[in-house]
Amino acid sequence: MTAQMVENFLQAAVAGLLVGAIYGLMCVALALIFGVMRVINFAQGDFMMLGMYAAYYFFAALGVQAALGSTLGPYVAAVLAGPVLFCVGYVVHKTLIGQVSGTRAQVEGDGHFAQLILTLGISLILQSAGLIAFGSILVSVRTPLSSSAWEIGPLWGDLISVFVNKSRGISAIISVATIVALTVLIGRSRLGKSLRAAADNPEAATYMGIDVDQAHRIAFALGIGITAIAGGLLATNYPFSPFVGLEYVIIMYAGVVLGGLGSIIGPFWGGMTIGLVQQLSTLVLPTQLQNTAIFVVFLLIVFFMPQGFFGRSVERS
Amino acid sequence: MPALRSLTPFFVFAGAFAVIALAVTNSYYQLMMTLVLVWATFGLSWNVLSGYTGLVSFGHAAFFGIGAYTTALGQIYFDLTPWLLIPVAAVFGAVAGLLIGFPTFRLRGVYFALSMLAYPLALLYVFEWLGYQEVTLPMKRETPAAYMQFSDHRIYTLLALALLSVIVLVTRMVEQSRFGMALLSIKQNEAAAEAAGIDTLKWKLYAVTLSGAIAGAVGAFYAVVLLVVTPVSVFGMLVSAQALTVTLFGGVGTVWGPVIGAAILIPTAEILHAELGHIVPGIQNVIYGLAIVVLILVAPEGMFWKARDFAYRRWPHLVAAPPDATVHQSATCGPPLAAHAPVPSSAGAPLLSVRGLSVSFGGLKAVQDVSFDAARGTILGIIGPNGAGKTTVFNLLTGFLRPDAGQIVFDGRNVTRRKPHELCAAGIGRTFQIMRPFARMSVADNVVVGAYVRASTDAEARRLAADAMARVGLADYAHRIAGELTTRELRLMELARALASQPILLLLDETLAGLGHGEADELIAIIRRLAHAGITIVIIEHTMQAMVRLVDRFVVLDHGAVLVEGKPETVTRDPRVIEAYLGKKWTAYAQS
Repeated sequence: MTAQMVENFLQAAVAGLLVGAIYGLMCVALALIFGVMRVINFAQGDFMMLGMYAAYYFFAALGVQAALGSTLGPYVAAVLAGPVLFCVGYVVHKTLIGQVSGTRAQVEGDGHFAQLILTLGISLILQSAGLIAFGSILVSVRTPLSSSAWEIGPLWGDLISVFVNKSRGISAIISVATIVALTVLIGRSRLGKSLRAAADNPEAATYMGIDVDQAHRIAFALGIGITAIAGGLLATNYPFSPFVGLEYVIIMYAGVVLGGLGSIIGPFWGGMTIGLVQQLSTLVLPTQLQNTAIFVVFLLIVFFMPQGFFGRSVERS
Repeated sequence: MPALRSLTPFFVFAGAFAVIALAVTNSYYQLMMTLVLVWATFGLSWNVLSGYTGLVSFGHAAFFGIGAYTTALGQIYFDLTPWLLIPVAAVFGAVAGLLIGFPTFRLRGVYFALSMLAYPLALLYVFEWLGYQEVTLPMKRETPAAYMQFSDHRIYTLLALALLSVIVLVTRMVEQSRFGMALLSIKQNEAAAEAAGIDTLKWKLYAVTLSGAIAGAVGAFYAVVLLVVTPVSVFGMLVSAQALTVTLFGGVGTVWGPVIGAAILIPTAEILHAELGHIVPGIQNVIYGLAIVVLILVAPEGMFWKARDFAYRRWPHLVAAPPDATVHQSATCGPPLAAHAPVPSSAGAPLLSVRGLSVSFGGLKAVQDVSFDAARGTILGIIGPNGAGKTTVFNLLTGFLRPDAGQIVFDGRNVTRRKPHELCAAGIGRTFQIMRPFARMSVADNVVVGAYVRASTDAEARRLAADAMARVGLADYAHRIAGELTTRELRLMELARALASQPILLLLDETLAGLGHGEADELIAIIRRLAHAGITIVIIEHTMQAMVRLVDRFVVLDHGAVLVEGKPETVTRDPRVIEAYLGKKWTAYAQS
């Protein structure tokens, strides 16, 4: 094994870890919604797209760039996208999704079918409305950091050095910080307790005086808000258009299935795995097969570890 | 044949569609009419798997795309005609269904749904990488008809109509056979289906194979109609979503659903696209999406079911009884069978013999070293306080759990670690503590599902079911929907479902729970009758009172182990039992 190969491997691994952290954040957001509400949200990727545009407009049009500059601005804009999309998620749940889920869902039978097609419809609306509002041209949030890197090394006597893209590095740090904050919120706060209770046993939670529909609404809004932050972070490195959601919703679901729904950290590792597989596969496979590699690894893991990495869920196998 | 009679409305629809299609000369509208039929058929394919079993597939584009590329590549590389390639595509679709289904059925619920997503998308990138970004079917100017190429587009519509009719017929036959019943029972409650003797994996594999075959054929036909195949247009997310959309919109679990959904949605989308698309690009999809959202809020169960429920309320006398009701009438009137008396194969030896059964969950030893026998024709009661491991023992006996150690011998055979449906076939019937009805099926259908394991024909299954219902006194309830029953009736129905499989050993899990005094007495009388008829019974209860009058022997469990075993009168006086139930301080009091 030559030094060049080791360097390529390390470089790909670092890239995988960094993008994996953002994927992990997306997966955590999705798992929060799914774990509490049991609703498969097909529009998750499109809400993330809205988050990306929210960050973009915060940065370019609403003065964040003017106030904070291009170095710090994109990250502040990304974080600001969170609360905005939280409100969007709250309203969407209140007016639409809450009508066919939670305590209003049919107890048995085909209740979950309605939720599926509803989110498919929302996804279609968001994409097309996005096309009208934002146009189909690829845009991105520009920061000088995305073209500069920290150098680790040289290691092993000048043979190997690894570059960490500054923008991706900061995005990864913000992702992890968001997850830590969420963990504390869910684990420690009263709100977190009511969310966990509503997820665990909606009926019992109702008897304990918890408004389960409200808990679902908060979980949904929180999930959308966090996805928006992930989207905003992604926007600093990857150009996007209104149709970007489709690409990522698959990554999100794959990560969630891998990580399982038992905890917050499980889906994070799921997303991280996807990021690593995606980047490492470029070492041996043509770029076009990057996504095929993700799905193959995904299927293998699912079949050989049907419980997921951290899953303790009875319903999967 | 009832399957054909109930299809009259469909053939009226098909005839009308054909007449309209022949009158339309505009080739754009003609294409739209063809596509309505294509997506309706694709929706039916999805319905066979997901509508009937409840296992939602997000990956039907995999089969569709395989079919489309089969025709395209088969014609380019081997110069084969679509007349041959469409059946070949169906075979490929079926094989793909089997290959995908076998591993993926290890997953349940949403994990299954999401894993299905991965297959078409993985294939999409593979086909792109192979260089099939855009494959055009070669024109055959000399012999167009031999290659299914027609300048008159009406012929495509008629071909699509023929394909749809065949698939509707197939679906209808599935729906009304043992196959359909098995799928429906899986959807309603997979555990109960297993316990009723249904090999759920086998039926699910049949369903995905059939579903894949239909989707493969439709995909192949789609390629012939459009003449151009791209990976995104046949493997893309939107293709899988299309199957869901037309079916869910129209109504799940009925042949009408996809047909109605496609007939409304496809023209709506096309017309919006043509009328508005050039004014504001994208607005057509916003309106289309809004239409879907609004309609699903109004009719979450789909158009067909909404309309049917409405019609039932409005004109109850006009709408025929539920389609399957007529089928059962003759069955329930048949003469009841003679009391079922099994011939003891090795009289003297206990029917059920359990030795050293143990299982633990993590660190908790739920059942440890449990041994007991049940003699033929007797009633054995398993009692113990909450959490003593009673239901766990049942789950071990019926194959829902696998023991860590120990042996179960039933009727002279070692049946340890068998699957639930195999044990049911061997003659062990069970009921559940938390009742598991197939809530949307009629009482008769619930019981019929239990009879399939013993019956080789549908008629025989109906006869066994009618007999079982008569034995528990439910004959008059045959046509009621299970979801509407009271606790007592549900308990009786579960009992009948277990009896329909003609068990020689019947395991009853807290059958008396939640019943009033009179109701409990009625059930006890029925259980006694069954025992007299020769069925060996093991019953779990946590209250001792009712049981004392019923059972021949008691096994008392506490903390997962056998505390005492013996005759009722000795067991109830045993200080250890009193202690387990009431605590130490009552022991002295109770004995005085």
